[in-house]
Amino acid sequence: MLPVTTIHYVALSAALLLIGTIGVLTRRNIVIILMSIELMLNAVNINLIAFSHAWHNVNGQVFAIFVITDAVAEAAVGLGILIALFRNKETVQADEIDLLKW
Amino acid sequence: MNFLDLIWLIPLFPLAGAVLMLLTGKLLDPQPPSDVAVAPGVELGGAGDPPAQSHAHHHPGALQNLIRVICPGMVLVSCIFSAGAVWQLAHLTKRVYEVRQFTWIGAMPFHMANGHLATFQVDWGFLLDPLSSVMILVVTGVGFLIHVYSTGYMAHDNGFYRFFGYLNLFVFFMLMLVLANNYTLLFVGWEGVGLCSYLLIGFYYHKKSAGDAGKKAFIVNRVGDTGFVLGMLLMLSVLGTVRFTDVNAALRSGQFPVEAGYGVLTAMALLMFFGATGKSAQFPLYVWLPDAMEGPTPVSALIHAATMVTAGVYMVARSSALFQLTPVAGMWVAGIGAFTAIFAATIALVQNDIKRVLAYSTVSQLGYMFLALGVGAYWVAIFHLFTHAFFKALLFLGSGSVIHAMGGEQDMRYMGALKKKIPITHWTMWVGSVAIAGIPGLAGFFSKDEILWQAFSSPKGSTALWAVGLVTAAMTAFYMWRLMNMTFYGQSRVKPAVAVHLHESPAVMTWPLIALAAGSVLAGWLGVPKLWSIFGEGFRAFPRWLAPVFLLGGAESEHPASTEWSLMILSVAIAAGGISLAYYLYSKRPDIPDRILARFRPLYTVLYNKWYVDEIYDFLFVNGLCKGGGSAMAEFDRTVVDGGVNGAGWLTRFSATVSMWWDTWIVDGAVRFTSFSVKLLSYPACLLESGRVQSYALFVVVGLLAFLGYYIAR
Repeated sequence: MLPVTTIHYVALSAALLLIGTIGVLTRRNIVIILMSIELMLNAVNINLIAFSHAWHNVNGQVFAIFVITDAVAEAAVGLGILIALFRNKETVQADEIDLLKW
Repeated sequence: MNFLDLIWLIPLFPLAGAVLMLLTGKLLDPQPPSDVAVAPGVELGGAGDPPAQSHAHHHPGALQNLIRVICPGMVLVSCIFSAGAVWQLAHLTKRVYEVRQFTWIGAMPFHMANGHLATFQVDWGFLLDPLSSVMILVVTGVGFLIHVYSTGYMAHDNGFYRFFGYLNLFVFFMLMLVLANNYTLLFVGWEGVGLCSYLLIGFYYHKKSAGDAGKKAFIVNRVGDTGFVLGMLLMLSVLGTVRFTDVNAALRSGQFPVEAGYGVLTAMALLMFFGATGKSAQFPLYVWLPDAMEGPTPVSALIHAATMVTAGVYMVARSSALFQLTPVAGMWVAGIGAFTAIFAATIALVQNDIKRVLAYSTVSQLGYMFLALGVGAYWVAIFHLFTHAFFKALLFLGSGSVIHAMGGEQDMRYMGALKKKIPITHWTMWVGSVAIAGIPGLAGFFSKDEILWQAFSSPKGSTALWAVGLVTAAMTAFYMWRLMNMTFYGQSRVKPAVAVHLHESPAVMTWPLIALAAGSVLAGWLGVPKLWSIFGEGFRAFPRWLAPVFLLGGAESEHPASTEWSLMILSVAIAAGGISLAYYLYSKRPDIPDRILARFRPLYTVLYNKWYVDEIYDFLFVNGLCKGGGSAMAEFDRTVVDGGVNGAGWLTRFSATVSMWWDTWIVDGAVRFTSFSVKLLSYPACLLESGRVQSYALFVVVGLLAFLGYYIAR
């Protein structure tokens, strides 16, 4: 069995980040966009923890805890906004919410 | 009592009467509820005065008697003061008394026509000399008699106080006119009498014809006044003064600054004469006088026969020094006078309205006066003015008495055989008619014969002028006796309804008639012909009295006495012929006039319609010049004036349009082009702003990758 090394963690992290990014950029449903953002945040967490393990530095793990906390807060605010948005526009499709153009 | 120092009081008495009447008259003589309520009764009486019709409407109050005393009384006091002043004037060596009350128009320097500096100053001053003394005696004397007569004639009329207020005001202005010592003050009186004339002609203001006649008189007089004012201004410009004594002195001495020659003086004289033709009803401005008969008859007697209409004669006589210097003007005066005399006489031949005959007779007699003025016989003109005042006032008042008796009827075709009914009126009018016809012994003969003789013999006269005068004399005798015969003799043609009311006028009306009849007999004896030397110098008092004013006694006539005798006999014969012809035609054979009328129908029609002068004036001036000119003016207004305004408006609008175009396309264009070009340039950048959040996120990612790629590739 091939030992799990740092490079694997990084590859997994990159893959997750890529998937999350593509999800954010391509999906129209805001719920899914939020889920993709969650994916990207967790890719970052994996990266932080992998290097914390490799270098024996606990800072990375601490930072990952912060990121998780942040992700929770972000999900709560994001979903709140989403509900408010849905009440006003009766939609959760990102491309139908285009008030920000010139 | 020194009356000469008090001459300023003479006009003030009637003025006081007028002010009193016009301010408080309503209290003294309460009116019936409405003046106008009388109007229907008035109109039934035709064109005439309505004294009889108003009987039922107006019961004079006791206070009215106060008016009866005050108004004639004021004129009487004035008359006494005048007589006193004239009496004292006669005892002065120079027989001129001039007094300056106060400066009316202060000294105003101005440049005369020749560039010299002169001062224009008008004093409120009075000049009493033989000429004005004759005038004030006539005005106050005859005026007083007519006032007395009016108290009877107007007794039952509405507006009693108004009538006497105006009448007194008239006397005031007339006295101002004749007593003034300069032309400007004379003009005040001149306009004032015109105003009173207007007010009194339109006295029955609820009758349209009376109102129209008043307006006509006023307007025609203004036409003449234009000439007078222009003449006065020319005099001021050439001679630098308007004071009679200064003007006459300058003209007589020949030392006046006139570089332009005597043509200027001729123009001045003719302009003033034009003013006189307006006031004294001469051709071409006589048309107002016959219409003025719409006023009450005493007004016709006082204003339109005895006094006001002679103002022009007085004014020309006053300017005798000027007219002496200008033979051309004198020729015009004589010509117009002679023409007016015969012209008006022809009209008087066929009129049926008793007052209208007298009106044209007045115009004709005024023509005589101007004939005399024109040939340089100034004292004769004033003499005729003097005698005419008596007999014409008498005839008018007599006709008023007839109208009073007839209850307002003025048409002579409905009179006849009134001699027995109203004997006093008849006999006094008989005297007046004999006097005007020119039968020796009565006033008219002396003055008229002197005019004819002067027209024949004076250096400026001619046989033609004399012949015109003679024919006019024949016509005068004829129409006056036509009037007498149609009114007093022959068959009665009085309407039965009127006949029962026929009555002689009250004493207050007959006594003035008798007094004037006495005047008509006696007045002429002041100026008997020179040939009648057996009477002595006393009977030539009039020319001697006036001599200082006119500087008489120049060239004696070279005609032999036999010529004068024969001319005199001829004129008497022709007058007698006129009288007997009228008697024969209208009393003996009343059928003949109708046959003559049928024979000469066109001529009769022309004469009856007064030569259509009124119609011609209507066509030329009223409709032609005023209305036609008015429409031409309106056309001018519409096309030129309005065109100018419209053009200006169009121009403004046009320039505004141009300005707007400039604003829109150039100013706004620059601004909009700037913004457009910015917009055009910024358009590609705008395309990035799609509003979709994910596209923005894509740019972030792409940018991130670009940086990343850059650092990796380095």
